[in-house]
Amino acid sequence: MNAPLSPKDFATDQEVRWCPGCGDYAILKAVQKTLADIGADPDKTAFISGIGCSSRFPYYMNAYGFHTIHGRAPAFATGLKLANPDLDVWVVTGDGDGLSIGGNHLLHVLRRNVDLQIMLFNNEIYGLTKGQYSPTSRVGTRSPSSPKGSVDTPVNPCAFALGAGARFIARGVDTDAKNLPETLKAARAFKGAAFVEIFQNCIVYNKDVFSDFTEKKVADEHQLRVEHGKPLLFAKGTKGVRFNHKSFALEVVAVGDGGVPESEILVHDETNPTLAQLLITMPHPAFPMAIGVIYRAPAPASFDQSFWEHHPTKGERTGKVADALRRASVWTKKAS
Amino acid sequence: MTKITPNGHSIVVRFAGDSGDGVQLLGSQFAESTALAGSDFATFPDFPAEIRAPVGTTFGVSAFQINLGSRRIATAGDAPDVLVAFNPAALKVNLPILPKGALIILNTDEFNERNFAKANIKADPRSTGELAEFQVIEIPIKSQTLEAVKNSGLSRRDSEQCKNFWALGAVLWMFGRDRAPIEAWIRRKFAKAPQVLTGNLAALNAGHAFAESAELSAEIPQFEVGAAPMAAGDYRSITGAEALALGLAAAGELAGKPILFASYPITPASPLLHHLSKMPELGVATFQAEDEIAAACAAIGASYGGAIGVTSSSGPGIALKTEAIGLAVAVELPLVIVNSQRGGPSTGLPTKTEQSDLYQAVYGRNADAPIPVIAASDPGDCFHAAIEATRVALRHMTPVFLLTDGYIANAAGPWAIPDMAAFEPIAHNPPPKVPEPGATPDEQLALKHAIWKRDSKSFGRPWIPPGVKGLAHRIGGLEKDIETGDISYDAKNHQAMSEMRARKVASVAGFIAPQSIEQGESSGPLVVVGWGSTHGVIWRAVEAARKQGLDVAQIHLRWLNPLPANLGDLLAGYERILLPEMNMGQCATLLRDKLEVDVVPLNKVSGQPFKIAEILDAIRENYPSAAQAAE
Repeated sequence: MNAPLSPKDFATDQEVRWCPGCGDYAILKAVQKTLADIGADPDKTAFISGIGCSSRFPYYMNAYGFHTIHGRAPAFATGLKLANPDLDVWVVTGDGDGLSIGGNHLLHVLRRNVDLQIMLFNNEIYGLTKGQYSPTSRVGTRSPSSPKGSVDTPVNPCAFALGAGARFIARGVDTDAKNLPETLKAARAFKGAAFVEIFQNCIVYNKDVFSDFTEKKVADEHQLRVEHGKPLLFAKGTKGVRFNHKSFALEVVAVGDGGVPESEILVHDETNPTLAQLLITMPHPAFPMAIGVIYRAPAPASFDQSFWEHHPTKGERTGKVADALRRASVWTKKAS
Repeated sequence: MTKITPNGHSIVVRFAGDSGDGVQLLGSQFAESTALAGSDFATFPDFPAEIRAPVGTTFGVSAFQINLGSRRIATAGDAPDVLVAFNPAALKVNLPILPKGALIILNTDEFNERNFAKANIKADPRSTGELAEFQVIEIPIKSQTLEAVKNSGLSRRDSEQCKNFWALGAVLWMFGRDRAPIEAWIRRKFAKAPQVLTGNLAALNAGHAFAESAELSAEIPQFEVGAAPMAAGDYRSITGAEALALGLAAAGELAGKPILFASYPITPASPLLHHLSKMPELGVATFQAEDEIAAACAAIGASYGGAIGVTSSSGPGIALKTEAIGLAVAVELPLVIVNSQRGGPSTGLPTKTEQSDLYQAVYGRNADAPIPVIAASDPGDCFHAAIEATRVALRHMTPVFLLTDGYIANAAGPWAIPDMAAFEPIAHNPPPKVPEPGATPDEQLALKHAIWKRDSKSFGRPWIPPGVKGLAHRIGGLEKDIETGDISYDAKNHQAMSEMRARKVASVAGFIAPQSIEQGESSGPLVVVGWGSTHGVIWRAVEAARKQGLDVAQIHLRWLNPLPANLGDLLAGYERILLPEMNMGQCATLLRDKLEVDVVPLNKVSGQPFKIAEILDAIRENYPSAAQAAE
């Protein structure tokens, strides 16, 4: 590498074709900043996407990129990572791409623990097909395909990831220019499949669906920014999350004056899957929305590592086909 | 006693029993001994879809057929001359295919009321007269086996399991085969289970001794099947699945690239996954994906990463992979797709053979997405077809379909071991030279052009895996500009790209061997055209017809898309074209479509390969009467 690259160096000459005001712009900036901050090499970085608005992402990143087919990005990324484990691979997907048509592949890339980052842009709607309800849409979502409101129960992406066996689970907000790059850096540093759900505002088909916790003026009150080893406090430290032993559940309590002492507040342990489950499934707005690195429990090795470590020749070609052809009973026919 | 030299210098033996009787193992070991004796042979394992169907039932019958001879053997034989039936169900299922005078060896221990009931047999066939036209030898194989292995320490149940080796011992005597290689194999195979080893050896020797013993040798005939005339050289026995695995490994070696094989288990394609999983030292890695789609995608991802991505399945799985294959066409990445065809539609006949995925391979994608298609014609040919398919995939930067079928995958025959030094290395289009950093916009544009510059003859683009310095670029399923690779919805560009994709596949014809004639003249009253696994049976039928004085030729297709450039002219030289295939007429449609020739189809979709007689009959039926009169 020569001079360190700036976020701009990670942009391409392609005209960005998302709707004006789309949350994807902010995410693109955050990713470009992340790569610049960590000194990434565009030639050793690959973005793999499926289909949907989010999946146009690779065209706008100055790195290797592969815009594949609907829902299958994790499978392409797995093959790529096996072919070249040295690459830094990012999967870009959305709620429809990753959790509907591609749910199976997301499940398997997570449980296998392939060393890559998965950014799931969740906007709770199908954007590119013009606004149908998605598998993360809340019950009652009115859309062209559900004019009287959707009736299916939505999937919680992070709960899905945890259930699938993911070892890194984080949440971020598209416009959170300060925290999102930090979360992405943590994902990048993780050896294994790092799952990041990014709340993304679809300005055209599902505008402001997350604004009750993403808007700047309500963020402090409605976001619980989790950090390993720190108490689970929010609302400028005036509220906290406590574990109620009798109900075996979390509860929100006031902290300090008129409330409970801080010592009663849970301290975030990112290695605890039970706590992760509780934090991920806290219903908003009764509870704050947990943001940041919720779960991080590295395995001894990622899938691509194990794959080659357990490969008897570590992927080297040590034998000859000419010899293999004779690994059978061979008989010789003499010239008559 | 004198040994019998079979009519036509070949004999067909069929072993049949419950799927748990070890019939396949018995058959393959007999094939091995036949190979070592220098006879030619072809085998046909015929097993049910159920792993262990209820014991004694007709639908649980597993069979293994071998045709062996001191002449060239091209098929596993139309009808068995010898049937070894381990139970009444096996006899019942196979009786209809036995010719008069066939020799039947029955395991009488299983001929009881209980087993008759299981096989839905009303009366003991030995007493009804229905076996009158056959030569029947009754042997209590089970009790003989139990007696032979009583000192092995095996349980009664495990002792019974040795009966396939008892039968093998007897059959080895009947054909005068050497037991030593089989014994050596048993010692290797069961080295970790000493009791089983002892039991199987004891059973093998007991069966042999039983057949040889004086009082029975008059009853059990001995056959003389000597060495067949074959070209000098080293031979081994090989199944299609083994040959295909070795061929893919060879392709990787010739290309100097690793092979990443991604697949999902499916009958009858899984043996390929199993064989490749045992070839790590040949630069092969296998990935069992979560489903068929993921397998195709992972293989394409591996190709994107610079390995040779290979995926494999059977018809239903190929259907699932189709969208991903279309992407490989669009992004111009190499990929080898192996289809071990089986009976369909839908789940169909998973263990039975068919050639009914030709439409799927040639036409079966959304939009205009042409793909080269090659078909292997026999087990050993799978090796060469795999190398050829990979060569085309890398040269033209395209997915390639390699069609085989359930018959070839599991069938075996002697195979002349090829000389690896005789193969040309497999070339690919390397990445272009990288410009200096800080390039001007003009240089940037030139770089894009270089990244997408296609070879003028093969239309193959450079293969640039992520990681290559200075060439970071984006690919995807959206239509791209033919020169810059940028997304383009331009009308003229899409026309140009579609034409380029068509020309690319058509250009393969300029690199492959021209169509040759297998037998007969380059013009005449009748030609029999085939493709894939029907090669052997057509060969025998045409050979027989020619011996009878009919002027018939044989042409066998290897590349189905594109067709060899000279095929049209060649076919024009014949008055009539007969096309036998194991489907409802797919290759016939293809030839009518591509060459506008008239074809007489001969279609068989019974799940069983053609018989020589069926094709011979069709040759006689379709032989132009004018030509007949002239004979």
